[in-house]
Amino acid sequence: MSRIASIALSICGALPLAGCGPERPAGAPVLRWYVFNEPSGAFAAAASACSAAAKGAYTVSLVPLPADADQQREQLVRRLAAGDRDVDLVGMDVIWTAEFAAAGWILPFGDAEAARVEGRLAPTLESASWDGRLWAAPFTTNAQLLWYRADRVPEPPATWDDMLRQAMALGRDGTVEAQGARYEGLTVLFVSLLRSSGGRLLDDSNREVSLAPAPTERALEVLARFATSGAAPANFSNAREDDSRLAFEAGHASFMLNYTFVWPSAQRNAPEVARHMAWARWPRVSADLPSRVTLGGINVGVGAHGRHPALAFDAAVCLASADNQRMAARMGALPPTIESLYDDPAVRAQLPFADALRDTLRDAVQRPQTPLYSDVSLAIDGALHPPRAIDPPVTAARLRAAVGRALRSEGLL
Amino acid sequence: MSAAARDTRLAWLLCAPAVAAMLLVTAYPIAYAVWLSLFRYDLRFPEQRAFVGLANYASVLGSEVWWQAVVNTLIVTVASVSLELVLGFAFALLMHRALFGRRVLRTALLVPYGIVTVVAALAWRLAFDPTTGFVNRLLELDGDWLAERGTAFAVIVFAEVWKTTPFMALLLLAGFTLVPPELSSAARVDGATRVQTFFRVTLPLMRPAVVVALLFRTLDAFRVFDTVFVLTGGAQDTASVSIVAYRALITRLNLGLGSAVAVIVFACVVGIAALVGALFGVPYAAAGARRR
Repeated sequence: MSRIASIALSICGALPLAGCGPERPAGAPVLRWYVFNEPSGAFAAAASACSAAAKGAYTVSLVPLPADADQQREQLVRRLAAGDRDVDLVGMDVIWTAEFAAAGWILPFGDAEAARVEGRLAPTLESASWDGRLWAAPFTTNAQLLWYRADRVPEPPATWDDMLRQAMALGRDGTVEAQGARYEGLTVLFVSLLRSSGGRLLDDSNREVSLAPAPTERALEVLARFATSGAAPANFSNAREDDSRLAFEAGHASFMLNYTFVWPSAQRNAPEVARHMAWARWPRVSADLPSRVTLGGINVGVGAHGRHPALAFDAAVCLASADNQRMAARMGALPPTIESLYDDPAVRAQLPFADALRDTLRDAVQRPQTPLYSDVSLAIDGALHPPRAIDPPVTAARLRAAVGRALRSEGLL
Repeated sequence: MSAAARDTRLAWLLCAPAVAAMLLVTAYPIAYAVWLSLFRYDLRFPEQRAFVGLANYASVLGSEVWWQAVVNTLIVTVASVSLELVLGFAFALLMHRALFGRRVLRTALLVPYGIVTVVAALAWRLAFDPTTGFVNRLLELDGDWLAERGTAFAVIVFAEVWKTTPFMALLLLAGFTLVPPELSSAARVDGATRVQTFFRVTLPLMRPAVVVALLFRTLDAFRVFDTVFVLTGGAQDTASVSIVAYRALITRLNLGLGSAVAVIVFACVVGIAALVGALFGVPYAAAGARRR
């Protein structure tokens, strides 16, 4: 045995790039964590912190996935559907929980493990749950805020009507940056508008279409009015989160609906703009209903085909621990799922908008939790794109039919 | 056994390894796709797997998404192949007639074909981007090319033409070498103009090469995927039939429905080949028969 170890060591010495890092004690199982390639290194730091804390029981090694959520999913589901034993831990977008759980690709948390996942904001726990069980440990979360230029806008608009009026009054600089490309971002925009006008996409069972006519047409009317107004950016039907960020940093926009990553980015890339950048909750659709935006974020699940499930549960709880959430907030400005961390001075220094975000997250809603979520999302994007062509009653009927077909797994999307 | 029969037998023996390899790497996957297309089979719901006969085909052919994709694909195919044919002829003539620097010229013209399609498409996406690209600055425009259906198709066709014209030119160049130079000289002596010589002598003689070039490119263009995937991802109603198959198979993991799409695309490709064969004759086969 020692002879094999010494041979292995000498090979590692000769080939420093062969994956034989010094952080892997010989014999300790290596848990592979598939998660998107977070640019600040916060996930890698969490992986080494948990490897160190395990004291030789296991080490966690990071397998980076693409930044694009659709491509992350495509690469993961190919492995999971094929029963790849290499997937021990999965960094799951909140919209994958039902799909992965129903397909048997991840393992549910037992009562003992679930009890170790504590102090979370209720919507983040809900995002990791399906069918009455917990399937992942909520790690980071996110929701869109309204970002605006305090030098041009004295009082942030409370409603979409206000925002469009203010934007039009500002003229050329009045643009509202938002995401209207045919992808998940358009689904997020529509579902947030729908929930803010009191409607729902699916009923309580998450099996049938809801889409009550009045709120659905109200949400579509706001989206169409925005898309055809002078307040929408010229590239609205092609804009994703990062296009919005770049346009806002260039200074030609006064409003932006976007996730919190735009804050550290503006500090770095456009300090002149960042100086005047302020935030508020997402605008309301109806003055008498609070805005309710969809939840984002990453939960850590345990792969069903992995070799060390017991160790992997331990690692999942560790990766999503308070210490690692604080580190993710500090390094990558990723909002924590543990509610008390929003009062932590280190977190608040990095996320000065913590109060507005916490309020938003308490009211945040789930995108429909169905195993067919990716089909439903494709159906929504297909029915609503391009947003400037929306005709509320006609589009509402088409949307209802398309989502219904998606839920029955019928036809092409 | 007659000499002819022995020849035929030898010919089959010599072909056998190639036929076996083809059966292994193409016939098996095709047969498997046909088999899968008869099932309701979604990798997300493996326990719901069930034989459904031709229901997947009915679902595809009854879908507005499919017919839209067929129209989109035909737009790209017809536009890109006809442009490539004209440009390909020009390049082939240039390569054929060049008096000096022939080797450099041929290499230079072939460079786009050597670039991976995804890389080329990505480069064009950046080039046509309204904020970072050079195209708008060059033409002094400020619109977003990929945000409108018409201009998005123009960019897709342009990227396809840029990439595969060299392939067309290469096949046509082979055709030019089929034409004995003395025939053109004889035509010129008989008083034919350059244009008459090209259309009456050169073109008929290189017909097999033209048909092969058209056939190859049409079949390729009908399966267009990478360029569309990178440039628009199928947005603005530019999804090709292959994008539709990808969405069903890879994004939705619906193996039954996706395989049905793939089988129909395969049938379309066979149909196109048969149509070209019926219209222009099967290239080279006639020449082979005459020789015997």
